[in-house]
Amino acid sequence: MTYDLVVIGGGPAGVAGALTAARAGLRVALVDSGARLGGQYFRHSAVPGAEPGLGRFLRQGRALGERADVLLRHQAWSAAREPDGTLVVHCVTRSSSAPGGGAGERTVAVRARRLLIATGAYDRPLPFPGWDLPGVLTAGGAQALLKGSGVVAGRRIVVSGTGPFLLPVACGLAGAGARVLGVFEAGVGLGLVRQPLLALDKAGEAVRYAVGLARHRVPYRTRQAVVAAHGEREVEAVTVARLDKAWNVLATRVVECDTVAAGYGFVPQIELGTQLGCETRHDVDGSPVLSVDAAQRTTVPGVWAAGEPTGVGGWRLSELEGRIAGLAIVAGHGTAPRTAPAPSTDAAAGPRGDLTTARAPAPGGDPAAAAGRPGEQEMPGEPEVPGELEMPGELEMPGEPGEPGVPVVPGVLVRRRARWRAFGEALQRAYPVEPGWQGWLRDDTLVCRCEEVPLARVREAQDLGATDARSVKLLARPGMGWCQGRICGYAVSCLAGEPPRPPRRPIAQPVTLGALSESGEASDRAPADDPPPHPNPRRSS
Amino acid sequence: MTFHITVDGRSVPVVPGQTIGAALHAAGVRSWRSTRFGGRPRGLFCGIGVCFDCLISVNGRAPERACLLEAAPGDEVTTS
Ligand SMILES: Cc1cc2nc3c(=O)[nH]c(=O)nc-3n(C[C@H](O)[C@H](O)[C@H](O)COP(=O)(O)OP(=O)(O)OC[C@H]3O[C@@H](n4cnc5c(N)ncnc54)[C@H](O)[C@@H]3O)c2cc1C
Ligand code: FES
Repeated sequence: MTYDLVVIGGGPAGVAGALTAARAGLRVALVDSGARLGGQYFRHSAVPGAEPGLGRFLRQGRALGERADVLLRHQAWSAAREPDGTLVVHCVTRSSSAPGGGAGERTVAVRARRLLIATGAYDRPLPFPGWDLPGVLTAGGAQALLKGSGVVAGRRIVVSGTGPFLLPVACGLAGAGARVLGVFEAGVGLGLVRQPLLALDKAGEAVRYAVGLARHRVPYRTRQAVVAAHGEREVEAVTVARLDKAWNVLATRVVECDTVAAGYGFVPQIELGTQLGCETRHDVDGSPVLSVDAAQRTTVPGVWAAGEPTGVGGWRLSELEGRIAGLAIVAGHGTAPRTAPAPSTDAAAGPRGDLTTARAPAPGGDPAAAAGRPGEQEMPGEPEVPGELEMPGELEMPGEPGEPGVPVVPGVLVRRRARWRAFGEALQRAYPVEPGWQGWLRDDTLVCRCEEVPLARVREAQDLGATDARSVKLLARPGMGWCQGRICGYAVSCLAGEPPRPPRRPIAQPVTLGALSESGEASDRAPADDPPPHPNPRRSS
Repeated sequence: MTFHITVDGRSVPVVPGQTIGAALHAAGVRSWRSTRFGGRPRGLFCGIGVCFDCLISVNGRAPERACLLEAAPGDEVTTS
């Protein structure tokens, strides 16, 4: 069977998009590699706690499960278009308790007329001597361990890096009983109360974190960072340095600890989009992200993107984008995907006329429900942009198919998205990565953990004439291992003196050769309506 | 509520829903493989399936990412 929409990613963005479309009557499948919906922000253990907002998300997840096929533990490794225009997402999943031998991997192809990419982001680490010792985790890794499995990463923990994300990580760890020896923020030479985060914060979340740190007596030090980790089999101590504005080391001291949580921002996960040929742009912090227009459409017809693949700005922005994408997809349902792409390469360009010209939801759907839960929307205010949609109620006017001019996304959502996007961009601007970190590395410091490529070999390649990241990669092989350069890619491009480029990964995830060949066979024999498995029997048709 | 898995023959408690990687880390087992060239110890790093540092063989199967794989009662893992 061919779905109306397949969503990749079950975080705030993907669930909002999928639920919006499913409520309007579209046949929707959502795939996520995790065992539970939630993504990074709403990651929760098997018995969820009472984190703020989680209850609401879980209700949405249940509502989605009743209306759509939710394929968990399905990792998408390729997205492609078939000759008839159908989009196909190839996933690998594991039949649990497979007997000894192969990993029991099985491939599943999910076909749909439209695709929403909501794959989120992952931590952006920087290398430093000893960063590959066990006990050194990414900041998000420590957070995921705590939220997903209820495991506190260590007893004596040092949090280091740059950006607002260090605060929830440190608060979470301290609140769960770890001794957090300090948050070392490499950037911004201001105390905690004068952090840009607090000035910019719209939801007051940062204030809660600041109070939390104070309550647990966690020192917050700016212009300081972990520049080396020491230990035999695992981390036993770190060197914390005082830094100048460019992050060059001014002075150091040693702090004994058993765990480090370090992170320098996020890398949006966009390779499924680039596989399909979606255009990219550079976000404020230089990260390649998918270009989308005001309706969250990418430059490839039928392909939408929401959340962090279009730029990092926190879970609220992700959720809003998912909802807007869902509304736009519902509105375009029943029409052929647009063939002349006209995306905005400037995400801040704001709402454009095309939001008003899509058609109303398909007959039989519930367009009112697609507007979100009653009472959730703000009252419309003054129009910010001439001609912008204002009345949320406008969504309830079903138009005749083919009739232009039926508004599909309430102006209030469009304005809120603009505000959160501005917030995200301001944060990226406030916490840049400065070049001095390259001086923390020694010749034998691994730049690439997978292929074990030390700095010396990167420099050697440069001496041999490798002038850009791609030729460094060809000569010294950083980024050629299992993670396909996800972990070291940013560092390697900095060392090569260029901004990170969009990924060129023919497969988004390493899959076993067995799974690959099996999928080849599957598409040979399977016609386009080969049904994916239906964990939810109500939806199988 | 908890069940057990074995790590090199030693019993390690698991809260249902925990990943193999989380259960090992919580039990103080913070590395379970060595790198190909330098023989360096590796365990969890990114925690979300991106880095592949945490590869582990469970019940004799081909290596999988310990940070994604939920533990099941009776799972047997070996470290190297
Ligand atoms: C490790 C980590 C921890 C974080 N913790 C917090 C936190 O505690 N607080 C906070 O404010 N922010 C946190 N963030 C930032 C967070 O990413 C955003 O706040 C928010 O979760 C973004 O929502 P999203 O829907 O855009 O993406 P996500 O929430 O990241 O959701 C993306 C989903 O897509 C799935 N996915 C990705 N690729 C594939 C694929 N190929 N196949 C199948 N599924 C796929 C992932 O499993 C994930 O569930 C964290 C980020 C990271 C990387
Ligand atoms: S810890 Fe990175 S993939 Fe498991």
